[in-house]
Amino acid sequence: MRNPGLLLIAVLILAVGTFSLRVAGPLLRTRFELPERAQQLMSAATVVLLAALVATAALTAGHGAAGIARPAGVLVGGILAWRKVPFVLVILAAAATAAGLRLIGVP
Amino acid sequence: MRSIWRTLRQDLGRPLARDIALVCLADGVVGLSYGAISVGGGLQFWVPVLLSLLVFAGASQFLFVGIVAAGGSPIAATIAGLLVNSRHVAFGLAVSDVIGGGWKKIPGSHLMTDENVAFALGQDDPRRKRAAYWVCGIGIFVCWNLGVFAGARLGSVITDTDVLGLDAAFPAVLLALVLPSLRDRSTRTAALVGVVVALAATPFLPAGLPVLFALVGLVFYRVGRPVEEEAVR
Repeated sequence: MRNPGLLLIAVLILAVGTFSLRVAGPLLRTRFELPERAQQLMSAATVVLLAALVATAALTAGHGAAGIARPAGVLVGGILAWRKVPFVLVILAAAATAAGLRLIGVP
Repeated sequence: MRSIWRTLRQDLGRPLARDIALVCLADGVVGLSYGAISVGGGLQFWVPVLLSLLVFAGASQFLFVGIVAAGGSPIAATIAGLLVNSRHVAFGLAVSDVIGGGWKKIPGSHLMTDENVAFALGQDDPRRKRAAYWVCGIGIFVCWNLGVFAGARLGSVITDTDVLGLDAAFPAVLLALVLPSLRDRSTRTAALVGVVVALAATPFLPAGLPVLFALVGLVFYRVGRPVEEEAVR
């Protein structure tokens, strides 16, 4: 069971840390600019972390594989998003695919 | 109230005001799904709601909830969230003048997102820059939090998320948000390597850590031509 106290502390640390990162720029206030390289590296790091979260959330459950229905749903959603289908439809299609497959007995 | 809105509309101009409104609405929808999926995934109602009010940074919130809901440690979730939010240092340096001085730095910093920074930097006139930053920031804050609140309420009603396929909706939402950034070749390579590392590490490491290990992929990242504005918040 998750510990609510630890969870609350984690949320608060993330909140304080994030605010510190945000306010750092305006407080330094000088014309100082972060090198272009560093900025690009930061956005790449964001994409890498999120892509890894997509992959692990789509393909794994605990320490093992996630079955077929969930990855199939994510794949359908991904293809629709790639074809620039509206966001709401992407979500609905992904969920409907996974739910439909489970309805007919696919794990 | 009306006259304030009219002044802002004048400062912004019609097309920009419309673009900002659309972005705010879209974020509201993302917030709705975020709230529903978080609570549907087994987290208590207050977790996504409090994160949205106090952290107010979508990418880090998704990471945090994703790691914790998968059984990962809240510490790993916090580290991942802070790493993702480190880009706000660069944003803050870029929009320091737009935010203004004195007490405005406090709310102005909290309202800093990918979207309103991009909107502000896209304007030439200082007045329009400022109007775009604040209107977009406040609009997103309101829409995002309303969306998350409503979604979390919705999620509490849902008892079996797997039957509804909500477990597939979460990665699909993130994938839709990340896709535009993957058009950059070097970023794509780094992300692919990261994905492989995270998947390979999953059977052996506690939940949450594989996502952090994905940062190894950055070794393959090469700074090249200017990358497009990021679509992830």
